[in-house]
Amino acid sequence: MSTYLPPLAGGLLIGLSAAMLLLLNGRIAGISGLVAGLGRPGRARWLADAAFLLGLVLGPPAFALLAGRWPEMRIAANLPVLALAGLLVGFGTRLGSGCTSGHGVCGLARLSPRSLAAVLVFLATGMLTVAATRVLA
Amino acid sequence: MSAALRSLAALAAGLTFGLGLALSGMLDPARVRGFLDVAGAWDPSLVLVLGGAVTVSGLGYAVSRRLPGPVLDARFDLPGRRRIDAPLLLGAALFGIGWGLSGFCPGPAVAALSTGAVPVLVFVAAMLIGMALHGLLPTAPARNAPSVRPSA
Repeated sequence: MSTYLPPLAGGLLIGLSAAMLLLLNGRIAGISGLVAGLGRPGRARWLADAAFLLGLVLGPPAFALLAGRWPEMRIAANLPVLALAGLLVGFGTRLGSGCTSGHGVCGLARLSPRSLAAVLVFLATGMLTVAATRVLA
Repeated sequence: MSAALRSLAALAAGLTFGLGLALSGMLDPARVRGFLDVAGAWDPSLVLVLGGAVTVSGLGYAVSRRLPGPVLDARFDLPGRRRIDAPLLLGAALFGIGWGLSGFCPGPAVAALSTGAVPVLVFVAAMLIGMALHGLLPTAPARNAPSVRPSA
């Protein structure tokens, strides 16, 4: 129960966030797109997008205040691997127009065929990568 | 006035997203990699994160279809492209490799900046460089050219 309840409750909050941003501001809660948009400060809606990302960064401290502990974060990869992974995630999410939030949380909710294709592909390559690193390790 | 309200709404939505990520276990790369490890010691619990999120997000989307526009802005700003093309698939494939290597996708990585942990800083810095590199591509398709859904 304690294994499954926090992921479900957390998922419901993430969905609530996406619904709030859509219904109030008319925007898709796609994190990679919002982050990339920060690089164009003159843009309309820049301030609101920056405010969303500020709230996102404040989420874990808010959780720590409420729960009395920081969320668990175990990082096995070393710094060069993290740097390579970051490059792939940054470049790939721009080329593919979205990540887990934009294609997953928002795109699947809109029944977008593009997003479904993207989610299936990044789940597949993610699973293959984890399997490959375990074999090579 | 409505720009200030929009920013406040976005801040509240972002905080809700970050709280949800922290509660869900998505900030723990070891657990995310366990979720992706279907051929090994698979931890399926994170399926509920996506399932719960898509359900509520879908309800929000269904409500939006019945509204002339969002509460604080003129119109819904939704991606209008439908075609499944090579950049979409290649980009998603590269993203998945980076996700599997690190256990981080963009949302949890940005939220985890608040921990100040050096590995997170390195990942996010590299992610920003990767995004900037994509911006340098001569053939980069126009981003954020949304088609506006006509109000129903």
